[in-house]
Amino acid sequence: MEREIAVVFREEAGKATATLTRSFGDFGLAEEAVQEAFIAAMDRWPTDGIPDSPGAWVTTTARRKALDRLRREQTFARKAHLVAFDHVVSGEEIGDLEAGDDRLALLFMCCHPSLAPEGQIALTLRAVGGLTTREIARAFMVLETTMAQRLTRAKRKIERAGIPFRVPPPELVEERLQQVLHIVYLIFNEGYAVTEGGELIREDLCAEAISLGELLVQLMPEEAEARGLLALMLLHDARRPARVGADGELITLEKQDRKRWDRDQIETGAGHVRRALEAGEVGPYQIQASIALAHATAASAAETDWVHISWLYEQLGRVQPTPVVELNRAVALAMAEGPDRGLEMIERLGEDGRLNRYHLFHSARAELLRRAGRSVDAASAYRTAIDLTENERERAFLRQRLEEVTSLADN
Amino acid sequence: MQYALLIYTEPMAEPRSDDETAASMKLWQEFTQEVVDAGAMRGGEALDEIATATTVRVRDGKVITSDGPFAETKEVLGGFYLVECDNIDEAIGWAAKIPIVHQGSVEVRPLWNVPEEYQVAE
Repeated sequence: MEREIAVVFREEAGKATATLTRSFGDFGLAEEAVQEAFIAAMDRWPTDGIPDSPGAWVTTTARRKALDRLRREQTFARKAHLVAFDHVVSGEEIGDLEAGDDRLALLFMCCHPSLAPEGQIALTLRAVGGLTTREIARAFMVLETTMAQRLTRAKRKIERAGIPFRVPPPELVEERLQQVLHIVYLIFNEGYAVTEGGELIREDLCAEAISLGELLVQLMPEEAEARGLLALMLLHDARRPARVGADGELITLEKQDRKRWDRDQIETGAGHVRRALEAGEVGPYQIQASIALAHATAASAAETDWVHISWLYEQLGRVQPTPVVELNRAVALAMAEGPDRGLEMIERLGEDGRLNRYHLFHSARAELLRRAGRSVDAASAYRTAIDLTENERERAFLRQRLEEVTSLADN
Repeated sequence: MQYALLIYTEPMAEPRSDDETAASMKLWQEFTQEVVDAGAMRGGEALDEIATATTVRVRDGKVITSDGPFAETKEVLGGFYLVECDNIDEAIGWAAKIPIVHQGSVEVRPLWNVPEEYQVAE
């Protein structure tokens, strides 16, 4: 029941926070009031049942909590004009009053670049996503008090630095939307990274990031990159059931049981990729989603369309010229045209030097050398990769490969 | 709300020619005029070069003066504007138009309202 309440509450919390921020003109107050409404829900719903219209219940209860708080703080007189306005418009009506746009304003406020990135993440999850401070702390593996401080600091800055509650004007919206997408994707990646324990809360983070993506697509349907990000997250998330083995070990894409992928979700993701690409302007999220789609629709690892994927990485490299993208392109090229073509690119990247401390660079290089039959070079690259890898499971995998190539080299 | 736009730059390695100074000053004048025309100007000053600075501390009751700022920072405070804005986005907008922002940096800081009981009448 507690879990069920939390899930229902999360659906409604963002809308309630946005609505109250609009009607009271005070984000801190709105945010606290909605959290108090959550505590009230936890208290009441187990006996009374979940209300027919939980959204109206949360908004009405939170409004009452906010009014209580204003009275307690004796700022009642000062804000009386807002309260008077509040009496004219009833709870339900306010709930419908451009609540969608208000949530968008809330999201842009929480992801304002004047806030520290970890503050943006925490605030987005709490104010828009309706997670409690404890849940966010667990997801990021920090103490609850640490997370509470992080939230307080961010909220204080919003108030003191004058960070506005609004959808940015046209000249700012592109730049700020990029930041919102970035924060949403960071939340998703935090949930998608495989770490020990806390599996449920990490799945929640992915689900939360996806629902933020859905919200963005719903409210800004013309923004192709928002749709691209949603598609990318859906396609990655569809592979989740096949990503982790019985002992919690990470299973590489190549070895995953494709029957366990969520086909419906892949279909939904594919639809978003198509619609985003039709919109015209192609950006990095759409290209990454296209790559994820090429993997998701391949019947088997062997039947993956590597020519198409290496072309997509080339396009990605144009809009996002980073060495990690180049590395991925080299690997795709090796799959499409043979290890020598990939190695050529990888050696060029090695001269560039920026990836020299990156274990995946060395393990990819080792893998291509092994496939090219250069066992001695491969062994040395595996050793470097092992030294740089911190993850124990990955290290075990690399050691096994090292043994294989050294026994080949000895013969 | 009022914001201070604190302008940080690296000190000039060598003096500029008169023409360079004139060209640069024209940009500052234009920017300042824009802020004034928008009704946002609340004040501002330029500081003389860092070589003219003296740093003062009092330790154990003794006044210690030294040349220059103590911190070994590359960028130093060169001046500031005080602007009236509705929100931080407007202040960031002004900061992004300050002539040296392409080389140095501008720190945007809201003013802190000193509580009435601590204010001193002039």
